[in-house]
Amino acid sequence: MDQYTLNLLFVGATFALYIGIAVWARAGSTSEFYAAGRGVHPVTNGMATAADWMSAASFISMAGLIAFTGYDNSSFLMGWTGGYVLLALLLAPYLRKFGKFTVPEFIGDRFYSPTARMVAVLCLIVASVTYVIGQMTGVGVAFSRFLEVDNSTGLFIGAAVVFAYAVFGGMKGVTYTQVAQYCVLITAYTIPAIFISLQLTGNPIPGLGLFSEYSPGGEASGLYLLEKLDLVVADLGFASYTEHHANTLNMVLFTLSLMIGTAGLPHVIIRFFTVPKVADARWSAGWALVFIALLYLTAPAVGAMARMNIIDTIYNNGVSEEPIEYAARPDWMKNWEVTGLLKFEDKNGDGRIQFYNDKSEAFAAQAAERGWAGSELSVNRDILVLANPEIARLPGWVIALVAAGGLAAALSTAAGLLLAISSSVSHDLFKGQLTPNISEKGELMTARVSMAVAIAVATYLGLNPPGFAAQTVALAFGLAAASIFPALMMGIFSTRINNKGAVAGMTVGLLVTLVYIFLHKGWFFIPGTNTFTDADPLLLSIKSTSFGAVGAMLNFATAYFVSHATEDTPDEIKELVESVRVPRGAGAAAADH
Amino acid sequence: MSDQTSQPAKAAETDKGYWAANVRIILVSLVIWALVSFGFGILLRPMLSGISVGGTDLGFWFAQQGSILVFLGLIFFYAWRMNRLDREYGVDEE
Repeated sequence: MDQYTLNLLFVGATFALYIGIAVWARAGSTSEFYAAGRGVHPVTNGMATAADWMSAASFISMAGLIAFTGYDNSSFLMGWTGGYVLLALLLAPYLRKFGKFTVPEFIGDRFYSPTARMVAVLCLIVASVTYVIGQMTGVGVAFSRFLEVDNSTGLFIGAAVVFAYAVFGGMKGVTYTQVAQYCVLITAYTIPAIFISLQLTGNPIPGLGLFSEYSPGGEASGLYLLEKLDLVVADLGFASYTEHHANTLNMVLFTLSLMIGTAGLPHVIIRFFTVPKVADARWSAGWALVFIALLYLTAPAVGAMARMNIIDTIYNNGVSEEPIEYAARPDWMKNWEVTGLLKFEDKNGDGRIQFYNDKSEAFAAQAAERGWAGSELSVNRDILVLANPEIARLPGWVIALVAAGGLAAALSTAAGLLLAISSSVSHDLFKGQLTPNISEKGELMTARVSMAVAIAVATYLGLNPPGFAAQTVALAFGLAAASIFPALMMGIFSTRINNKGAVAGMTVGLLVTLVYIFLHKGWFFIPGTNTFTDADPLLLSIKSTSFGAVGAMLNFATAYFVSHATEDTPDEIKELVESVRVPRGAGAAAADH
Repeated sequence: MSDQTSQPAKAAETDKGYWAANVRIILVSLVIWALVSFGFGILLRPMLSGISVGGTDLGFWFAQQGSILVFLGLIFFYAWRMNRLDREYGVDEE
């Protein structure tokens, strides 16, 4: 059976499984649509949260970004896990106690202001749509590869599948489907990593293999994997893998943005509304991180080992010898050339694939001496994880499994986000504000229409994404960090922050961050309309992906000063805050207002 | 402690004590959270460079794996500690 059929078979079988579950658990009422009737066990909920959370960015994109940069991109690892600490300690139990369905509902009630609720809806939509753009980028990469079409066609097919899939069920369908998706994606991520770790280090656990001796094919080299990698990349003029080169201020702010953003993303927060008890909300966050950590502890190993394998494939006689001939290139390169995400250009006309750092001035002399006229291979970072099993020459079924896993990751997150967007639009905007008398049926209809609009916008912008999947997603985190997280945290930890403070804080946080991002990435992400670049940012060394932390600080500061300059919060709000802080008496959620 | 919760004033006292204890636990946890990630993983990495771990140094390990393991420990510790605190103050859901 050829690879194409095998891919279709695996992807088809897993899809049939998800759709089967979605149909079986189809949402009947609005309450089931949004919060699954609160009957979800913490472990199940943790697993579903992990699937919801680990998107194309974590699965497809992150290890690739780490592979090509090394230590400097550790921010992704710390940021996307550290946020769960904030979530578990600062938000989850209290939001569960509050007992409503959506994030804007909490903000609207706590800050006794429909305006605050509307601003929260706006923040949520902006962050979520940006996030979906990142997912669509990943979906495009995955579909283009396994259907062997170009990237844009892959994106359109992916969008159609995401839409068909997301409108099917609500939270209940999604919860159980996501458990299945988690199982598929974690198997797909770890199996190739185990094989590769065994090949390179003899250690079956990739996370330990990363820090083990490099012994390809069982031959001891006397060097650790990371030492060997540092030597090899240095010989090609690349910056060392393990050292710190990035700007420290930017790295700290970037990590912080990702952490705060994690705790401010509506589709993750919404998960903690679905557990039976406050105590369960605390455990749920822990279980979610357990399931997430299984992938995140493997990812740095996948990155380092893939980098090693790529260089080894191209310089099959060692980096001091000439690289392989283009005509003799392995199949995975041919396969990825079809997608347009891997390109070869024979700059010095010798028919060989020179792959090195042609931006390094220190290495230029050495390159000239070897007759090299520039690096001839460009590799899109987002293909690395999907190409990884092919690069390591693993069996066909592993390659097919990874394709299915990548799609599971992208689909589960896209579905969760679309659910969060649609519930805000239908529940908070229409039912809560514009048309309070809307029927249940009408509310579900509005939810589905808003999903369709969100996908259409994300697909259009996904054609020219503002960055690799994980970078676009990082922008979404910045927006969530700057707008939603501070409002939620102040709503719980302070009784003094009033309606005016919260509205002003969210508005300032969102707008300043959004403008900063647009100035660097183009207005509304339209290419070519940017004034600055991330290589030379407007403010100090702060890139647009890191600005969320600054936006969050502005949000906190604005809310604080505006609240203290205006009247105190009413007594009933103080009582509300005090009751949210104590688990006693947390009943089932009520949808009424 | 169920007789206390029947008296509103005492219940409010209990809630204050409970909340203060909770905030203390959160603060300690967040100090550890920041120390392993921003501290050991980034800012204090040069200080830890003498301790080698599998071909690199301890800071690299914290940045790529160690901090994640500590985060896990923190969340489970917090859940366990708070569920006990709920019972100590009689504010749990049972």
